[in-house]
Amino acid sequence: MTRISMTVDGVRYDDDVEPRTLLVQHLRDRLGKVGTVVGCDTSNCGACTVLLSGKSVKSCSILAVQADSADVTTIEGLAGDGGELHPVQAAFHEQHGLQCGYCTPGMIMAAVDLLTENAEPTDAEIREGLEGNLCRCTGYQNIVRAVRAAAESMRTSVPSTPETAEAGAREGVTT
Amino acid sequence: MIPAAFDYTRAASVEDAVTVLAGAGDDGKVLAGGQSLLPMLRLRLAAPTMVVDLGGVAELRGVRDDGDALVIGAMTTHDDVTKHPLVREHAPLIAQAAETVGDRQVRHMGTFGGSLAHADPAGDLPGVALALDAVMSVAGPDGMRDVPAGDFFVDYFTTALGASDVLVSVRVPKLTGWSTHYEKFHQMAQSWSVVGVAAAVRRSNGSIAEARVALTNMGVTPIRARGVEEALTGAPATADTVAAAAARAMEGASPLTDGTASAEYRTQLAPVLTRRAVMAAGGL
Repeated sequence: MTRISMTVDGVRYDDDVEPRTLLVQHLRDRLGKVGTVVGCDTSNCGACTVLLSGKSVKSCSILAVQADSADVTTIEGLAGDGGELHPVQAAFHEQHGLQCGYCTPGMIMAAVDLLTENAEPTDAEIREGLEGNLCRCTGYQNIVRAVRAAAESMRTSVPSTPETAEAGAREGVTT
Repeated sequence: MIPAAFDYTRAASVEDAVTVLAGAGDDGKVLAGGQSLLPMLRLRLAAPTMVVDLGGVAELRGVRDDGDALVIGAMTTHDDVTKHPLVREHAPLIAQAAETVGDRQVRHMGTFGGSLAHADPAGDLPGVALALDAVMSVAGPDGMRDVPAGDFFVDYFTTALGASDVLVSVRVPKLTGWSTHYEKFHQMAQSWSVVGVAAAVRRSNGSIAEARVALTNMGVTPIRARGVEEALTGAPATADTVAAAAARAMEGASPLTDGTASAEYRTQLAPVLTRRAVMAAGGL
């Protein structure tokens, strides 16, 4: 077992894990962060996307031990304290950016990452930026529209940011 | 799909990693970003008993200017390589190719050195390293040594790295006065190259003074298209001479048939993509 410590959605967790434990397994099975889903299980589909130190990664293709000391944001950490949706979440809702919804957590996390780097992406840049995320309902048209709408709303208002490390005072030890 | 159990060491330094690997014999494996290794572990195509994680070794990350060359740390991610101003200025071929690897998520974790050490024949960066005459700096039980790219890629998924070796950095000569292009043909946005061509051209007075061309996935290792380079050197910089030179792309190539494409298909693709790559590199 290897001791790891990570901050997930603003809460610090210290755990002993088997080195072979995947980050997505750790998030779902140990920490109960089941908002992050496993899709293809082969690093193709991006449904398991989370932010690792602010950058999008596929949590099915990272060991939990690789995320030691890191700050992880999952789909569950995007909304504000009062439950108000993150602008990307709100845009997916308003623009009908989902059909079955299975790819949605990963799509939203990938879109948040993309918009952090490029606040005003063209449609082509949105499509390229989401190349690591598959929607088997093929609902891409509305997904692109949702990301475009989110970008607009984030540029015109004060964004509600996910809770990050400063909330680490609330410690959650699960072992 | 869960990997088989293994022991894990988070290396504190390159020396530490080499020591642990030496103790593990042939059953040790280096973990860089893990974007190739994790899928292999999960599919149990690899089952090392000891995994040595280089993620905590800060000295392996970053790009520095070393006079007539850049030195790229092996653990520098594709994302960082792509955006690094020194790489964009002095080795834009690397930035262009690294930007096509996988997808954003993969590029955030996957590393330059990891791609080279993995030596997937369909990987884009080995061919680029070969075209640029990069030199690998390798740490092993007997100390440091340099391995030119031409000697580094020895076979299918096999490099000159021994079981206890760690790729530390890659020295890339600056190509002043050259222009470059990476032409990648693949079937889906995030998929591997069916064939890729890395081209570097130095023009002078309407002619091509020098050219370097390397092919991805046209053999078990990346290969230099020497026939193409020979035909281009000293030739007038015109579409006709480039097309004639590109027709020699298959000299020395021996493409594989795999689940993505047949050898015959690759044989058709290589000259076409070589022509496109050289035309783009030469500004034609």
